[in-house]
Amino acid sequence: MPLNVASIRRQFPFLTSHDGATPSVYLDSAATTQKPKAVLDAMQHFYEHDCGNVHRGMHRQTERATDAYEAARIAVQHFINAAQSEEIIFTKNCTEALNLVAHSWGRTFLKSGDTVALSILEHHSNIVPWLQLKEERNIDIRWLDLDNVDLSGVKLVSITGLSNVLGTAPDLPAIIAAAHRAGALVCIDAAQMVGHFPIDVQALDCDFLAFSGHKLYGPTGIGVLYCKRKLLESMPPFLGGGMMIRDVTQESFTAANIPARFEAGTPPIAEAVGLSAAIDWLTEFPWNDRTQHEQKLLATALTALQSIDGLTILGPDNPKDVRGCISFVLDGVHPHDLTELLGERGFSLRAGHHCAQPLHEHIGIAASTRLSVGIYNTEEEITSLASAIKECMVRLRSP
Amino acid sequence: MDLYAENILDHYHHPHHKLPLPLGEGWGEGRVVREEKNVSCGDKLTVALLIEDNHLTNIAWTGEGCAISQAAMSMLSDELIGKSLTEINALTPKTILALLNVPIGTRRMKCALLGLEAVKNAISMWSR
Ligand SMILES: Cc1ncc(COP(=O)(O)O)c(C=O)c1O
Repeated sequence: MPLNVASIRRQFPFLTSHDGATPSVYLDSAATTQKPKAVLDAMQHFYEHDCGNVHRGMHRQTERATDAYEAARIAVQHFINAAQSEEIIFTKNCTEALNLVAHSWGRTFLKSGDTVALSILEHHSNIVPWLQLKEERNIDIRWLDLDNVDLSGVKLVSITGLSNVLGTAPDLPAIIAAAHRAGALVCIDAAQMVGHFPIDVQALDCDFLAFSGHKLYGPTGIGVLYCKRKLLESMPPFLGGGMMIRDVTQESFTAANIPARFEAGTPPIAEAVGLSAAIDWLTEFPWNDRTQHEQKLLATALTALQSIDGLTILGPDNPKDVRGCISFVLDGVHPHDLTELLGERGFSLRAGHHCAQPLHEHIGIAASTRLSVGIYNTEEEITSLASAIKECMVRLRSP
Repeated sequence: MDLYAENILDHYHHPHHKLPLPLGEGWGEGRVVREEKNVSCGDKLTVALLIEDNHLTNIAWTGEGCAISQAAMSMLSDELIGKSLTEINALTPKTILALLNVPIGTRRMKCALLGLEAVKNAISMWSR
């Protein structure tokens, strides 16, 4: 189906006007995307017709719920081209998926003095779990220089597929190949990447890959960890409880096979259904069309922002080096004040350090303003933003 | 009412008692300095208080932040000079909101209260 933005917008209840009020210009899809009606309908349908718990009991609802949940696993498997559906673990979000890697794999295979390599682009979700292991296990953290990657002695490279601040994408194939040559595993934080790049985990040959459903036009409350089967089978459970066991006695337990081993408790069933619907919906649009559309928006945004006096773009200024988002600072105007005033004018942008404090410190600033785009944004929205920014500047600057 | 009322922007552009570092040099014995950060937005304030006879007799501050945190600190610093430590400790978020006199939502509450937090923490450092 060719990409028609007007028709796409009509499929998003959030973007259609409510009670005559103009819908906001939503430029914060990197924080979370809005949800198409197809996703909302699928979840509603699940609750109205198929609601039951999974893998327990013999009645019809539990079977329907189980079928829907496992179908979602297969939808994710195909979406990222995993070899087997058992390699897909459902979690609460990307953060929990990364924590699963640190807790289960990290605590089993890392010992004092082992090195985990990160990039300065990382989100706190891909920093703090490793800092926790540093405190607990005395592992070393190496901050990689992406222009000159030194992986000697590294056990794991955990790296983002796309920066949620600069919009830059590290060269994953090269990093993964170098890591494997050095005997290291690779974990990809695909939270941002998943909405802007097609992912083929077999072609990438990454060992772990994590993302959230809610940045992929799906619901909140569900995330995914992909992990190669052999590796996953070597890892102990993360959380303990129902579903993740084969057998429990008064003295001990044996863990279930994968993927159940890593899915303790009642999983996000309706959310899995919603994520599956989001994938079905999104994959109707050819990747090329989506990329072309979003790249055009970013090119327009870069040109418009560059024309503003005193505005500095933090990432590359060539649109071909940027995906998904652009962050900037404005001389004499604090990002919070700017986004507050933009908010009054109906524009939703994010201000702060975007959960990437080390990156902001590295750049030498405390906070920035970020605009991020999704499939539903239009050129007009971007151009109207630029004039709104100019108005806000006048308002905030010293007379 | 407008969050960026004239009064707020006035204090933001011309803050009272805002000085370059080092703060309160030459104040002697009664000087106490405290840095406070609002990690979630990167705002940072450093305050120096001069405490004599259990009263705050001078204040200086510096830092970066949004218009709300800067204006709140500026207004608060005017308010504090001459007050006893007991009086200052009794100040509440309500006092700050009344000073600002613009609608502060949950989103901006931390910005508004950063200065008060810095001052109170400085006093408790002093009292220890
Ligand atoms: C690069 C990156 N990693 C991880 C996350 C964490 O995602 P979540 O909060 O859904 O777990 C985000 C979300 O902002 C992100 O942008």
